[in-house]
Amino acid sequence: MKHTFEQLRLDSVSRSFTNAEGQQLAALKGLDLNIQRGEFIALLGPSGCGKSTALNCIAGLQPLTGGGIWLDDKRIDVLPPEKRGFGMVFQNYALFPHMSVLDNVGFGLKMRGMPKAEATKRAKAALQLVQLIGHDAKLPGQLSGGQQQRVAIARAIVIEPPLVLMDEPLSNLDTKLRIEMRAEIRRIHGKLERATIYVTHDQDEALSMADRIVVMKEGVVQQVASPKEVYSRPKNLHVARFMGFRNVVQATLEGTQGEAVAVNANGVRLVGTPMEGFDSKRVSVALRPEDMERSTPGAENAFDAHVEVVEYGGRDSLIIVNSAFGKLWARIAGECSEGERISLRVAPSKTLVYGEDK
Amino acid sequence: MIALPAQQRDPKGWLVTPALFFILALFIYPFAYGLMLSFSPMNGGSVWANYITFFTDSSMWPTIIVTLKLAVPATIINVGVSVPVAFALRRTSPWQKFVTTLLVVPVTLGTVLIADGMLTYFSPNGWFPQALQALHLYGDEVRLTHNYWGVLISLIVSGFPFAFLLTLSYVTGIDPTLARAAATLGASPWQQFRQIYLPLLLPGLTMTACLSFVQAFSVFPSAVLLGAPAGPTRVISIAASEAAFENYDYALASTIAIVMGFVQLLVVGGMLGARRFFYTGPVTGGKG
Repeated sequence: MKHTFEQLRLDSVSRSFTNAEGQQLAALKGLDLNIQRGEFIALLGPSGCGKSTALNCIAGLQPLTGGGIWLDDKRIDVLPPEKRGFGMVFQNYALFPHMSVLDNVGFGLKMRGMPKAEATKRAKAALQLVQLIGHDAKLPGQLSGGQQQRVAIARAIVIEPPLVLMDEPLSNLDTKLRIEMRAEIRRIHGKLERATIYVTHDQDEALSMADRIVVMKEGVVQQVASPKEVYSRPKNLHVARFMGFRNVVQATLEGTQGEAVAVNANGVRLVGTPMEGFDSKRVSVALRPEDMERSTPGAENAFDAHVEVVEYGGRDSLIIVNSAFGKLWARIAGECSEGERISLRVAPSKTLVYGEDK
Repeated sequence: MIALPAQQRDPKGWLVTPALFFILALFIYPFAYGLMLSFSPMNGGSVWANYITFFTDSSMWPTIIVTLKLAVPATIINVGVSVPVAFALRRTSPWQKFVTTLLVVPVTLGTVLIADGMLTYFSPNGWFPQALQALHLYGDEVRLTHNYWGVLISLIVSGFPFAFLLTLSYVTGIDPTLARAAATLGASPWQQFRQIYLPLLLPGLTMTACLSFVQAFSVFPSAVLLGAPAGPTRVISIAASEAAFENYDYALASTIAIVMGFVQLLVVGGMLGARRFFYTGPVTGGKG
């Protein structure tokens, strides 16, 4: 029953549908992705970006309207979901309410015609793996959200699928449990040595769990890269905004300084890192609140700021300042009070320069 | 537990009084009156005289069998056919609206109008038998009125929409991601139905069957108009009506009504008893 595979290949997978007015709408446009065995891939994007559509297409719950899905040399997008043998964890868990925990987990094995004794043994082992012991006979309705989540995961992995698909599995849990389950899912993924595709709209989740992140927007892949790369070098302004570059400043290109570029933003000269080619002098500068630091006037990339709002956060404070570029968010350590005039700077390596914001 | 002082008792309980009065006046009293009446035979005799008459008179007791022979198959067909139809139409679609609208029509028509229409449509000179013969599908005379089949068809025409609408609401209440989850675990469409939909539907289907059965068991107009009320479709309500309005023996009529109610209670009780063995909890798959 163990499937061995080396890679899952998504070849310009597309899905469009016709709306009530007869218009063709594309939910997913040409998704290309190679997933290696053992990889943990996160599909990240705001709601409506096509990430769940992509997952449903891979699972076979929605048909493709273009492209193909290949597991090594086998084309699988033509198979119904029950023939693909992927495990899936649903956002609302979708546990069978009329079956005990053990029967829920053993369901996939039963469908495969496994003898009952063997199926029970494996279901129990799966429950042990997700650390849910002693609830075998309970109905799902008698479990807490976190426990239901574990049952859903056990049910998906007990069939030893080559690929586990997870559709925002943690979004219904509280913060503490969510952070615990992240590590838990990573641990289970590591044990199984299979591939996992994980859909989420939460950057922290994607950054902390994935080997590679696929950032999507309006059905189009924006960037496929490691968490570190996506976090520090977002490929375009959309990704930058989604990854927490809350401040986007309009500026004019002045010239290059080796690898770096100099820009003028409302009279302030900033040196930054160019992230893409520019087709005009008008550019956008993206700054992350966390990358701002207190500075002395006149230092490189320093600018004057007038503190308007201070949101105390313990270790640091989120402040809103008024500057030559308008309102900016900054997260800075140390004391700071409303009305104060301070000097802030962002290192040139963290001052990302993109083309004009359209 | 500390007992509350009397003056702190919640007076809201009194709000139930009007409803209670209604139930007493419109249900309990007439029922009790009928029950008492059934034990006071018109021509004197023991309190059981009417019941003895019913169960010994060969024009009376077989009506139970006759009625069951109509009501049980009608219930099985109505519920049995409504399941696949409702299942096929479980997703909201123009078809679902069309079929639902189409099926509401017979519900609004009433049994007498249906019986009338069927008399012209199914009678030997009607369209249906004529068409069958014209197409050489059936050579002999097709008799679908004034017999058992006429009544059964009318029970299906009037009872099926009711069963279907109930079943449809049960089917659409089941979270469709459950079937999708089953599919990803390797369940074929048939297994998805057998393992997920059917067990979650069973409690609702038992309720539907109970209501359908009670409706069919009290058949009267179509048994008279479309059946053979003197013989094969002499159902229990005809016997009661004869006793009351031809022989003016209200006591015997009450007895028959009580027997009728008792048989219905027996069947419904049996079905609801069986329901205890099914899963009857929520039909969604999580805290979603």
